[in-house]
Amino acid sequence: MMPLWLFAFLAALAVFSALGVVLQQNPVHCLLSLALTLVDMGVLFIGLRAETVGFLQTIIYVGAIMVLFLFVIWLLNLQADAPSTGRLAFKFLCMIGAAAIAAELFLFFFGVGVTAPRIATPVEYGSIESLAHLLFTDYLIAFEVTSLLLLAAIAGAIGLARRTILSPSQAVQNSRLEQ
Amino acid sequence: VPTELLIGAIKAIVILVLVLMLTGSLLWFERKGAALIQDRIGANRAAVFGLGRRLGLPNLGLVNTLLADPLKLFTKEDFVPDGADHFVHGLAPFLALFPVLIAFAVVPIGDVLRIGSHLVDLQAAPLNLGGLYVLAVLGLGVYGIALGGWASNNRWALLGGIRASAQMVSYEIAMSLAFLSVVVTYGTLDLQSICRMQGGVWFGWLPRWGILVQPIGFLLLLISGMAESKRVPFDLPESESELVAGYFTEYSGGKQAVFMMTDFAEVVLVAVLVTLFFFGGWQIPWLYRDGFHFPGPHGAFLRLPALLVSIIQIIAFWIKVVFFCCFQILVRWTLPRLRYDQLMRFGWKGLVPIGIANLIGTALVVAATGAKP
Repeated sequence: MMPLWLFAFLAALAVFSALGVVLQQNPVHCLLSLALTLVDMGVLFIGLRAETVGFLQTIIYVGAIMVLFLFVIWLLNLQADAPSTGRLAFKFLCMIGAAAIAAELFLFFFGVGVTAPRIATPVEYGSIESLAHLLFTDYLIAFEVTSLLLLAAIAGAIGLARRTILSPSQAVQNSRLEQ
Repeated sequence: VPTELLIGAIKAIVILVLVLMLTGSLLWFERKGAALIQDRIGANRAAVFGLGRRLGLPNLGLVNTLLADPLKLFTKEDFVPDGADHFVHGLAPFLALFPVLIAFAVVPIGDVLRIGSHLVDLQAAPLNLGGLYVLAVLGLGVYGIALGGWASNNRWALLGGIRASAQMVSYEIAMSLAFLSVVVTYGTLDLQSICRMQGGVWFGWLPRWGILVQPIGFLLLLISGMAESKRVPFDLPESESELVAGYFTEYSGGKQAVFMMTDFAEVVLVAVLVTLFFFGGWQIPWLYRDGFHFPGPHGAFLRLPALLVSIIQIIAFWIKVVFFCCFQILVRWTLPRLRYDQLMRFGWKGLVPIGIANLIGTALVVAATGAKP
């Protein structure tokens, strides 16, 4: 287990970089902040002995998904946001809503009191063996269904993105029709 | 605990220094090797007070490449183009170099070393999931390159950055598949255990190196690793005939040197991974902890002190690594650059299907025989 000060530092860093995602203007800076947040979460997972999850989180989210985000930012040519021009009343309502949620969370945590029971985690907790064991016994069906779902999503994405490739003669015909 | 901490720090520093030294000498090897292959003389001008010539030694360009050029690079003007994103522009080279360097933390450079009563595992960070760790930090390497290209406010650089990120993400898949086949074969993600399992022999003489179990995995890892390090024939991100210098067009001086170092550090990393997975890491055929057990009907035996065995193993590891570094440099000056569509087709339609087939084949064999090599 990591010492408390390390946890506090990483948690503070996570909050700080998550704020950076929301508060910065330039989308690429936001993306960097988000990547930092996710790496930080990965390190937190590892520190809390969920090593497999931590590494997988870094590989998948930071190594792959964030890169795709970067591509989207580039392809859509997103620029730094101009200060938002929403209506004042709308902003005001949003602020009230956010304050309400914050107050609710505050009341919940401090009113009820979070006394999480100390669970003695087994030695192999978080190891890749125990994770694999659970995935292929208790959660086998959910695991397989998820992979099928992802496969279907990939096939669907390719189907949507695929353009019909015209043969040269068809292309000539089409251009004539357009003229 | 303080002793443990001290040992850990020493191990980390030693491995880092070794890697950086190797990275530096590769620079020399690349320049002189290129000159040799292309029938040129190559770097041979700079000298320290003409010492070498007075002693009648040929100038091998060591002063040029290891002293004069780095000095020149780091004292040059650090130019940042107009309209560039200063923060990201400065951050990018280090964002590229850092993940490659920390990847070496889990690399075992030798077996257990016994110093007095202390047993030192020659691995900076003995991690159970060392394999996953390497994949995770390699995935972070994309950012430095891609953002360096973006932050330069230059279209060539941006194109280079986009090419680099697409290429690295694509070849990471082939690399991970090769990786997974090895992991399935040995049943562990710990690099040190993978090394240990390659000790011993088959048929009394054939070393149990991974290349004999995973020949396809070896080719996959080597090729996709070379593509990850973005060097010829996979150097589309910086292809100088189209993009000036690609993602580091707008970098000069020290920051450009850091990008160059990243390239060489990646070459070293690929060589290290290939050595660990397929060529026994620090294992030497027939050398065990007590000495050499030579094969043959009479089985000669040469007893060696444990410390000597450890040292020989460490040296053997680095010799193998240097061999694969040199191999990659040789490939660089031998093959022409691919076209971008060829690169993508080769990755997605060539390496990925082969990798998947290899992984499924490996899994079937392991499941059927339950065997660990």
